[in-house]
Amino acid sequence: MNEFSSFDQPVMMKIDKIIDESNGTKSFMFRHKLDYKPGQFVMVWLPGVDEKPLAVSYLSDDFFGITVLERGKFTKLLHTMVPGDQLGIRGPFGHGYSFPDNIKNGKGSVCVIGGGCGMASVTVLIERLQENNPTILMGASTSTSLFFKNRYKDITLFTDDGSEGIKGYPTDVLEELHNKNGYDIIYTCGPEIMMSKVFDFCKKHDIQFEASLERYMKCGIGVCGQCVCDGQMVCKDGPVFNLQALSNMNDFGKYSLLKSGKRVSLSEYADWRSC
Amino acid sequence: MATANLSTDLCGIKMSNPTVLPSGFLGTSKSLLERVAESGVGAATIKSVSFEAREGHKNPTVIPFEGGMLNAVGYSNPGAEETAREFSNLNEVSIPVIASIIGTEPDDFVRVVDKLSGNEFSAIELPLSCPHTPGFGLLAGQGTPESTGKIVAAVRNASKLPIFVKLSPNIPEIGNLAKAAENAGADAITAVNTLGPGMIINIEARKPVLSYKVGGVSGQALRPVATRCVYDIYESVKIPIIGTGGVSTGRHAIEMIMAGATAIGVGTGIYERGIDVFSKICLEMEKWMSENSYNSIHEMIGIAHE
Repeated sequence: MNEFSSFDQPVMMKIDKIIDESNGTKSFMFRHKLDYKPGQFVMVWLPGVDEKPLAVSYLSDDFFGITVLERGKFTKLLHTMVPGDQLGIRGPFGHGYSFPDNIKNGKGSVCVIGGGCGMASVTVLIERLQENNPTILMGASTSTSLFFKNRYKDITLFTDDGSEGIKGYPTDVLEELHNKNGYDIIYTCGPEIMMSKVFDFCKKHDIQFEASLERYMKCGIGVCGQCVCDGQMVCKDGPVFNLQALSNMNDFGKYSLLKSGKRVSLSEYADWRSC
Repeated sequence: MATANLSTDLCGIKMSNPTVLPSGFLGTSKSLLERVAESGVGAATIKSVSFEAREGHKNPTVIPFEGGMLNAVGYSNPGAEETAREFSNLNEVSIPVIASIIGTEPDDFVRVVDKLSGNEFSAIELPLSCPHTPGFGLLAGQGTPESTGKIVAAVRNASKLPIFVKLSPNIPEIGNLAKAAENAGADAITAVNTLGPGMIINIEARKPVLSYKVGGVSGQALRPVATRCVYDIYESVKIPIIGTGGVSTGRHAIEMIMAGATAIGVGTGIYERGIDVFSKICLEMEKWMSENSYNSIHEMIGIAHE
């Protein structure tokens, strides 16, 4: 076993266990200590195929896990793997979520919002915030796309089609919840349109806000410029940005770069990413 | 003691200091050029642009190792039209910006030059030396005196901007190649592109790490080779040289200038020391120059030849 806990080059790790989370979502567990802060990401390499940035969704002193929705060629191949197979891991990279003084030691009121696959990026954060007993809101398109719904005892579920939980979006109830709980900070990871609405809400109500952005990445180490969002490198300066930083990022909620570097609307980007 | 003056003049382009962001590092958007300008760079080169958009190679495309970095990004870029749009109103960026232009045939370069003619670029760079992308650079045979001469002459005809030609460290008689570029109308030589290609194999996976298997070597492993190339080129041509390859400290930069460079490319150094590597290098240069009684960059250019 490697003596280091973070890696510049991919380190091949055996899949220890695979968990079926929901329809089309699996978690891959590795018996390995990773020096990871909530919100950071690892680059996951399938030799000879591709390499993708993924959040760590399970973390303890001697193991970590990643959670992957089966979508494109890379994730389909990942889903065919069995315990004992190996994946390359490099990282962790980037800046994760921060914990301002006013929410330390269980003080302060906290809300965490996960949307779709973004839920995988906030799980380690939620566990870190246990003392704060955070409000957890999770949205997905439909019942079968919800995962981790049994991982927390207090979680409010939303589906776009109303097949489970509340019909609609987590943002629908923010005003009401904030009136009741008076949030000091809201953390979120999910579709950027949703995060952008939470950003607007926090700005209006003067609530601290942190969001994890998704951009197509290449180097993962802040040199190539592929994941740029208004002068910020999502891989190195992010992927988590706070309200002040996002206020200066005009592309947030609007534009993203395709693999060629062409800047397109978020919906065109989402169409490309989902194929 | 007075602070040393780091300003330099590169083919009439006034730079507040000799550091240059090379192509392929961070030059994907105007916003990033502004960011590197704030980080103290003297001039910046955009990511190389071809006429049509390119997706480049699959990941992994960049991998660090003990001696620097290995990369095979494969010239991903949004094409000439998108690039012209992204880099409009360049006067809003406080530093000179260089357009890196790629193509297969001389006409391809000219088509990109024409598309970008309305932009306020300060110079054109022709990297005729990429070691890892089919159809371009070394893999298109552009690293010969004949081919280099033809491409430079075609671009010379199409633009009044200063032309920089970026050469490969692989070329044995690099001085002759630089001379061919100068004779065809080049205004400066960028020396050098990445070395190689090289390969890194993950022994547990039993496979090369880069998806393209091989990639160009940059960083510390390249630096002594780059310094020697600059030294050789300085003996062969009269036009200025942008010394590029493994520079990440003020001492490295001064070494490159003493070999004959007028300006200094800093790329892999961004990974080693962060995006403010440019201002760090400048401070280190100023300190060394003051301690060693040099007042300006121009007093040091090529003095290792004396």
